[in-house]
Amino acid sequence: MDLETLLSFQWGMMAPEFTILITGVIVSLQDLFYGKKRLSNWLAIIGILLAMVFLSAQYQHVPVSILYDTYVFDQVSFFFKYILLMGTLLILLMTSTSRDEETEKVRGDFHYLLLAALLGGMIVVSSADIITLYAGLELLSISSYILVGLRKYNRNANEGAMKYIITGSLASAVTLFGLSYIYGLTGTTNLYDISREMSVIDTQLEPLAVLGFVITFVGLTFKISTVPFHMWTPDVYQGAATPITAFLSVVSKAAGFLLLIRIFVAAFTTEPGLSDDLTVYEYAIGFAGVLAAITMIIGNTVALRQRNMKRLFAYSSIAHAGYLLIPLVALSAFSLETIWFYLLAYMWMNIGAFAIIHVLIQNHQTEDISMFSGLYQRSPVLALMMTLFLASLAGIPATAGFIGKFNIFLGALSADPAHYVLAAIMIGTTVISYVYYFNILVQMYSRPKAESSPIQVPKALWLTIAICAAGTLVFGLFPNLALQFFSW
Amino acid sequence: MGLLSLLLFSPMIGLLLISILTKNSDHKSIHRYAVLGGIIPLVISWVAYIQFQGHNQLAERVSWFSYQGGQQSFVIDYELALNGFRLALILLTTLIVMLAILASVKQITKNPRLFYQWLFVLELGILGVFASDNMFLFFFFFELTLIPMFFLIGKWGHVEREEAAYKYVIYNGLGSAVLLIAIVAVFAQAGTTNFEAVQAYMAQRDDMAFQVGVLIAFLVAFGVKLPIIPLHSWMVSVHVYAPPAVVMIHAGVLLKIGAYGLLQFGSGMFPDAFPVFAVTIAVLGLINLLYGAFLALIQDDLRKVFAYASVSHMGIILLGIAGMNTAGYQGAIFQTISHGLISALLFYLVGILILRTGTTNLKKLGGMWTAAPVLSGLFLTGALAGLGLPGMSGFVSEFMAFVGVFEQLPLFGAVGVIGIILTVVYFLRAILNMTFGDPRKNKYEKMADIGKGELFPAGVLVAFIILIGVYPDSLSQLLQITLETLVTGMGG
Repeated sequence: MDLETLLSFQWGMMAPEFTILITGVIVSLQDLFYGKKRLSNWLAIIGILLAMVFLSAQYQHVPVSILYDTYVFDQVSFFFKYILLMGTLLILLMTSTSRDEETEKVRGDFHYLLLAALLGGMIVVSSADIITLYAGLELLSISSYILVGLRKYNRNANEGAMKYIITGSLASAVTLFGLSYIYGLTGTTNLYDISREMSVIDTQLEPLAVLGFVITFVGLTFKISTVPFHMWTPDVYQGAATPITAFLSVVSKAAGFLLLIRIFVAAFTTEPGLSDDLTVYEYAIGFAGVLAAITMIIGNTVALRQRNMKRLFAYSSIAHAGYLLIPLVALSAFSLETIWFYLLAYMWMNIGAFAIIHVLIQNHQTEDISMFSGLYQRSPVLALMMTLFLASLAGIPATAGFIGKFNIFLGALSADPAHYVLAAIMIGTTVISYVYYFNILVQMYSRPKAESSPIQVPKALWLTIAICAAGTLVFGLFPNLALQFFSW
Repeated sequence: MGLLSLLLFSPMIGLLLISILTKNSDHKSIHRYAVLGGIIPLVISWVAYIQFQGHNQLAERVSWFSYQGGQQSFVIDYELALNGFRLALILLTTLIVMLAILASVKQITKNPRLFYQWLFVLELGILGVFASDNMFLFFFFFELTLIPMFFLIGKWGHVEREEAAYKYVIYNGLGSAVLLIAIVAVFAQAGTTNFEAVQAYMAQRDDMAFQVGVLIAFLVAFGVKLPIIPLHSWMVSVHVYAPPAVVMIHAGVLLKIGAYGLLQFGSGMFPDAFPVFAVTIAVLGLINLLYGAFLALIQDDLRKVFAYASVSHMGIILLGIAGMNTAGYQGAIFQTISHGLISALLFYLVGILILRTGTTNLKKLGGMWTAAPVLSGLFLTGALAGLGLPGMSGFVSEFMAFVGVFEQLPLFGAVGVIGIILTVVYFLRAILNMTFGDPRKNKYEKMADIGKGELFPAGVLVAFIILIGVYPDSLSQLLQITLETLVTGMGG
């Protein structure tokens, strides 16, 4: 490759990634020489805002490919990057003014790690080559391992980080093993080439394609925390600092889902398949349907028994990942839109809920559900906001969560053949989830307050909560805003 | 913003008044603002009534959101429309919510501000259910009533209030889950959720198996709400443990969503397939009627008697629907409205009784007649209305429902009459025990009679009950066109 070809690429399209990379470097240098955490925070926020500005300028841009498809810009990557950037921004706002004793004790800073993880996610989102996809995935994962273990004087954090890295490495190995089948069958790592090669594949080799599909899928369930690689979630969520937990549950998960979409929809929907009229995707995705069903059931029923809020939200996030697998199973023209909308809604409601949990944990030094008791008397606004987020998570109308669930539902039932069983399991487990979400409501409104001291809420945190609440409500009442935005 | 949207969102005014103006005020002014907030929807609903009389239609439509799937587009609009039945239910809603607020003035002493806030959200939800003209919007508001009711039961109820609240949420959650599956299944086929458009689509597609499947789902979903036995246990515990003011709304209006839904979703959208279920509904109705009546006969608690009486009365609605003809539908609709008024009256009185005696246990009550003649008289009036005394609304509705069912399924009608006789027995047993009964066990001989201020809501309800009883045309005029469309849709 000579310099001319190198320069002929539209490098400008990578402006958001470069911004994050440069910001990350500046923040880490700042931390090395000055060590002012507050400054790091503001630098990171500015960097992300700048990246969002660059990204917004690319709205409705024609698809671009740089470096032979290792970096692609298309509609999908644009919209998912929005979620990643927005989610990270909300999380940084959440941490900007709060002091967490556990992390203050440690010299290291999590801001550049967060940016590195974000960069990993962005690479995952905009890559059409297995090698770069995997590199992005590992960047995201390794940064996440460190982020979880950052509170090194905390026992839970150590346990969580340990479990995270062990299951994570295992999952990575499984993923690579599965990908090796795909490579072996097609002889290329480029997803478009794979797609083309798979369409003319020898019928005798198709069982191998199915095998590759299943193994890769199982490996990737780690990132989106669904069965079978979901067991790390509660421990890691409990051990990590609350903002990091929010990051793992929203940003990391969004990247994971896009990874699934990229690899599977690109690689497996083209081949003719085992029986005459089914592609390998259609043949093997039933397996994902079973995983989705088990995930929804496990997440929602085990959450019933949790008293630790972070563990409860861990199981809740497992359940939501289960819902999100349904559009993949019932693949149709608007599956992508459905997943994107749900992740967007999930970002608003989950980060909002975690922001409130963060405040309460800092005020109470406990993670037990009882920290919510009497919240309505102590801070009616916080209680109201939490009610909104919980209603959205439970899928009550007038919230974004409801529209998200409705989309998934419509997708499942309008697919051919309609997935009645999966839809029924989803809605049934949703009703089960009412119980644990409403349990928190009961704590807030009907239980006597544990402490009467007023709750200290930092100003920047109000901002996070307000943005999340506005997003939850606006996209719940006017879903067309997001839906039209998506179909540019 | 049209009149209908104004009506629909008018409870928000009350909600805002309470939220903004009463931050640190005493209970008295909170109650005052709540009454004001209750009057606003009431007035607007009567304005809508007058408007409706003039044009015989009232509708709004704004496009809301849509999806572009492969070959098909899915459109959901914000559509409100009234017909006679919906308007009657809306008038019933605003009236009963207003009276429930008046009842709460004395009954709710714990955090009334929050109570009224949830109450107005609930009213918004109910009004939305009755005003919406498509299934999605219906479901939207239907589900919206879940959280306020959960709190109203769970926080302000009696003894086992939280169990009752969770029971409520789980039963109704599962009911709406089934409803959602059915709605989305229809939506995925038809690409629209508008009632009329779906009817037209289904008529032209003529896929009987699908229609029957969807109808079964609707029957289950609204069977939870109505309730149809064996899906009734949540409703009994709500009747017993929720605060009486909330039960007024619950029994008076919320349960009516079940009847409304069966008629609107069932015969309104699937006129071809619905008659398949005539016998099934008749059997269920009969079971409701008799089972409810027998259980009402042996209850020791006044609230349980009334709860099972409701179950039994819902049986009459089902029998009327099973008739599948004008008389039957009219009877079912009349029974819906009439039972709303009667159960609101009875639970209003129960609330007053609890304030005086602190109990509704029939074994402890007795000889109220001497101390509280007016209250006892009102209880008797309510009971007489409930058992279908001629001249009151209950009689007209039961009569019409039975005419309808005798025409189509005479055998069911004949057996159902037994239920009517039982109604007399259980109502009079409970009320007479309480008002006369054994004077020796009477610990309440000094209890105060119903006060002058408390008389008003009861008076209004009795007036409406007698109005419909003596002059049924007042209601049937309103319903005429609705009934015609319901019945002609089914080809007679």
